[in-house]
Formats: sequence, C-alpha cells, structure tokens
Amino acid sequence: MSENLIEVRGLTTRFGSHTVHDGLDLDLRRGEILGVVGGSGTGKSVLLRAIVGLIRPAAGQIRVLGQDVSDLTPLAREALERRWGVMFQDGALFSALTVQENVEVPLQAVPDLDPRQRAGLAQLKVAMAGLPWHANDKYPAELSGGMKKRAGLARALALDPEIVFLDEPTAGLDPIGADAFDRLIVGLRDALNLSVFLVTHDLDTLHACCDRVAVLAEGKVLTSGTMAEMLDVDHPWVREYFHGPRARAASAGKG
Amino acid sequence: MADAMKDLDREHHLTLALDGETLRLSGAFSVWTLPLLPDPSTVRTIRCDHLTRFDTAAAWYLAQGMTHGMSIEGLTAMQQGLLDTVTASLPKPEAGADVGTIWRRLALTTGQHVLRAGIFLREIAEYLGRFLVALLRAIRHPSDFRLTSFVHHCQETGLRAVPIVTLMSFLIGIVLAFQGAVQLRQFGAEVFVVDLIAISILRELGILLTAIIVAGRTASALTAAIGSMKMREEIDAMRTLGMDPDMVLILPRVLALVVTLPILGLIANVAGLAGGALMTWFELGVSPSMFRYRLVTETDVSNVIVGLAKAPVFALVIGIIGCHAGMKVGKDAESLGAQTSTAVVNAIFAVIVMDALFSIFFAEVGL
Repeated sequence: MSENLIEVRGLTTRFGSHTVHDGLDLDLRRGEILGVVGGSGTGKSVLLRAIVGLIRPAAGQIRVLGQDVSDLTPLAREALERRWGVMFQDGALFSALTVQENVEVPLQAVPDLDPRQRAGLAQLKVAMAGLPWHANDKYPAELSGGMKKRAGLARALALDPEIVFLDEPTAGLDPIGADAFDRLIVGLRDALNLSVFLVTHDLDTLHACCDRVAVLAEGKVLTSGTMAEMLDVDHPWVREYFHGPRARAASAGKG
Repeated sequence: MADAMKDLDREHHLTLALDGETLRLSGAFSVWTLPLLPDPSTVRTIRCDHLTRFDTAAAWYLAQGMTHGMSIEGLTAMQQGLLDTVTASLPKPEAGADVGTIWRRLALTTGQHVLRAGIFLREIAEYLGRFLVALLRAIRHPSDFRLTSFVHHCQETGLRAVPIVTLMSFLIGIVLAFQGAVQLRQFGAEVFVVDLIAISILRELGILLTAIIVAGRTASALTAAIGSMKMREEIDAMRTLGMDPDMVLILPRVLALVVTLPILGLIANVAGLAGGALMTWFELGVSPSMFRYRLVTETDVSNVIVGLAKAPVFALVIGIIGCHAGMKVGKDAESLGAQTSTAVVNAIFAVIVMDALFSIFFAEVGL
C-alpha cells in the first residue's frame, strides 16, 4: 500500500528573485492523509499550486499518478485533472451559480450523462459533504464560511477523484465546525478510498486526521513522518510548533 | 501519451450482459459509464463481478435501484461499504415552499419591486437627513469638519472633471450652432441662432450634461470608495473608534459636490457659448462681437440663474445616491460591482427626473 501517487523531486519555485522552494522532495502515498505544515510564507499553498499545475516550477520534477505534470499533452492533462479534486481556501465557488450547479460543473465533462442523473449525483455529493438539502439552491454569497468550504469539497469530489487537495480546510471555522470538517475528511477518505493532500495550520486537524505530516521550512521538506515522530524531531522551529502551548492543548484534547 | 489514452479507454469500459432478469456487469462501473445503464427501476437483479472501478456514482445507481426492490450480488466488502455510505447519505428532498401560480408569482414579484422602490426612496430621504444633520453639526462645531478631506474631494470631483466637462460642452455648442444654422437659414433667420444656443446651453444643456458626466464619474467613485471600506469593515471600525461616518465620509464628499458642481456648470456654460460662437462665426459669418451683442441684449439673465439654481440640487442627488449605494455594499466583491453600476444608473436617472420637475416648476412660476 505504499504506492506513491504524488512524487515531487528537486522542486524549485521562484517569484522573481525570491526563491520559495529550493530542491523540495515530497511523496503522497495511496490512501493516506498527508498534512503539510509550515510557517506563513514557507510556500505551502505554492507547493499545492505547483503540483496541480497552476504555477510552473523553475526546476524539478512533479509526477502525479505516474505522469509528469509539466510534460503532458492538453488531452492527457485534462484526463489527469479529472483524477484529482482541489478545494481552495474559501471554496472558490463560482458566484454566479448555485451550490448544486457548482457541483454539476465537473460532471458536465461526462458525455451523455442525463441532466436528471447529473442533478441527482450533484445532490448526493452536496449531502455527502454534510450540507442540508436547502443548500442546493443557495448562491455562494448566501452561505457561511464553513458551508462554502463544504460546497467546495463537494465540487472537488464530484468526479470521485483519487487525490484531493485541501487548502486550509479548517481555517476560519469555529472549533465545532472545524472538528466536524476533520471527521468529514476522514470519513470520506475511508468511504471513497481517497488520498488527501492537506495544507493546514490547524494542530487539531493534524492530530485528528493526518497519517503523516510534512514540515516545510527553508524551502524544503524539513522532516516528515507521523505525529508521534514529529514530537521527537530536534529542530527549533519544529519543536516550537509541535511542543508549543497550542500543540500541547491540541494533543491533550485528542488524548 | 498514447498509453495514457488507452488507459483512459479501458478505464471507461463497462460490459453489460443481460442474463434472464439478471444484469451482469464487468469492467469500470463509474460516473463515466453511468449513461450506458438502463433506468434503475427497471432492473430486477444486478450482478457485479470483476469490477475494475466502483465509485459513488455507481453506488448511487445501486442505491436508487434498491429503493425499487433491486437485488445486488457480487459486491466486495469495500464496494458494499461505499454503497452503505451512499445509501446513508442519500439526500432527502424537503418540501419546497409553495410558489403558486404564475399570476400569484407575478403579483408577488411586482409587489416586492414596489416595496423595494419604496424602501429605496425612504433610505435616500434618510441619507439626505443624515447629510443635513452632519452639515448643521459642522456649522455649530467647525472643528469637527474635515477640511482636508473636503478640499481633496473638491479637487477629485471638481478640478479633475474640468477638462472633460469643458470639451463636452464646447462640442455641444458647436453641434447646436451647426444644426441651428442649417434650420434657421431656410427662413433667413440665421441671427436667431445666437438665442437658440444661449437659451439651450444656459438654461438646460450646460448644467444637465455636466450633471450627467459628474453622475457617471463621481457617483461610481463614491460608491466604490465607500463600498470597499464597508466591505472591509472599515466603517464599523470607524464607529467603534468614535468617528461618525456621516461626518467623516458623507459630509466632505457630498459638500464637495454641492460646491463644485455649480462651478463646473458655469465652466460648461462658457465653453458651450464659446463653441457656439466659433461655429456661428465660421458657418454664418456672425462675428464674435455681434454674437456678444445679441447675447447680452436678447438673452435674459434669468436663463443663467435658472440653469445654475439646479446645480446644487443635482449635486445633492448624485452625492446622496452614491453614498447610499456605497453603504449598501455587502461582504462580497460582487455586491460592490452591482452597487456601483446601480448608483450610476440611479444618479443619472434621478438627475433627469429632477430636471423635468424643475422645468415644470419654472414654467409655473414664469421664469
């Protein structure tokens, strides 16, 4: 079960003269939830964007599901994009469409799918993301932050992807909402056999969900491993992150 | 890449075989192959052997079939687990609100629009009141008045609008002179073109067109500026710091408009007359001194007064509508755009309505 779905090797990304990643290596294994943490500005979201091809890296290789993402024909790229789903920080829902229509957008790629079936599937995904029935007909502007994230997740899951990228799924949620979202992610992973690439700041989420944690610092993955292993790492930033007062509270809460 | 495409084909391949009442499936049972399958209510028994792919769409199909009494065979434990998850989270439609007949809905939306228009007028009156209260407060306590802000907005709405207002009015003067000359020449009454230009520019066009340009320029700017502050909760922050948004934001902006619009109107009048004089000189040979003579002797000064008297009212309408729309902006960027365009349309519309009312008023009082 240790097949790597994502393999990042020697990734270097730059914005002008500012180097964000400098020879970064990272793996995502099948069926795991990988938490990517790091201080502000260490390029967590940039890494996510580089993997899904929104940013072209300056150097290095990114292989997703066995294919090099920087070297794909448009057709192959389209096929690959259907095998992953991305949830952006605020859901990035199309504001002109209702929640149900948003979830139907990826489903429109399926040829010959009956509109009734498309609607039914979209409603199923909305329900699986934990939204009530009446959310289907709401516009993104009418939703709370947590509901937007759930709707974004429903859209990311529309085509049953193998990999889901989540950018700060619990940021800005109250503890109860964040906790529910953590459980939702784990539940969906178990039910749909997902592999999850999760960028977060939330120590509770790391404790609750993640099988492995990768710490980004100094342009590299400083260390990666289970939460228990993280506690033994001897690096000032990592120690402060995982042993700080918030970390203690989070680990106490999860026992 | 050819390999990848072949993979894709195989992945989307599903074989169906009907064996008596049993439908046998093998291959990829997924959202991509869902269109191949018959209506779930018509299938009695389904056998899923050797499935290479089984996703939520497939589970959804089976879950729908189960509600019609379909029996399912041959699922692996993992597939059964997914089916159970999907069955558990099948959305249950809630009874929607009764929307009624088309007439009922028509009456309902009409009523809502009327109500909204009423609320809009009430709020405009409220903002006018808030502006006047802020003005009175500034007169009683001059130290509360934001002079720097006021001067800045005078520059923004007044000085910076001078070039476009001048050019527009100059061109309108030329057009009037040219069209007037063509018509009046038929009667040999060319010299009356001076009266035509003077009265139409001074009484109506100069100030009306200036107000429309300012409505487009400034109402949108007001809404965008105040709206983006509203969006980022800056206005709430102001309130908590003991600053009154009416004093800080609305008063300097609206007052700057009220002060500068008459000046802009005057500039527009001069430019319009200059354009008219130039064109009559070229087209009809009426010299500038002749133009001036007729202008002074034949055109009553009341025309200028009537024209410029409207300016502060137009300014007030534009400013209040712009500020009101800015304050109505919600939390999302979309409402900012919507409110900005609404503000411009409403401001121009209101200016023209006010102009019509002024026409009736002045006709009644005989000016």
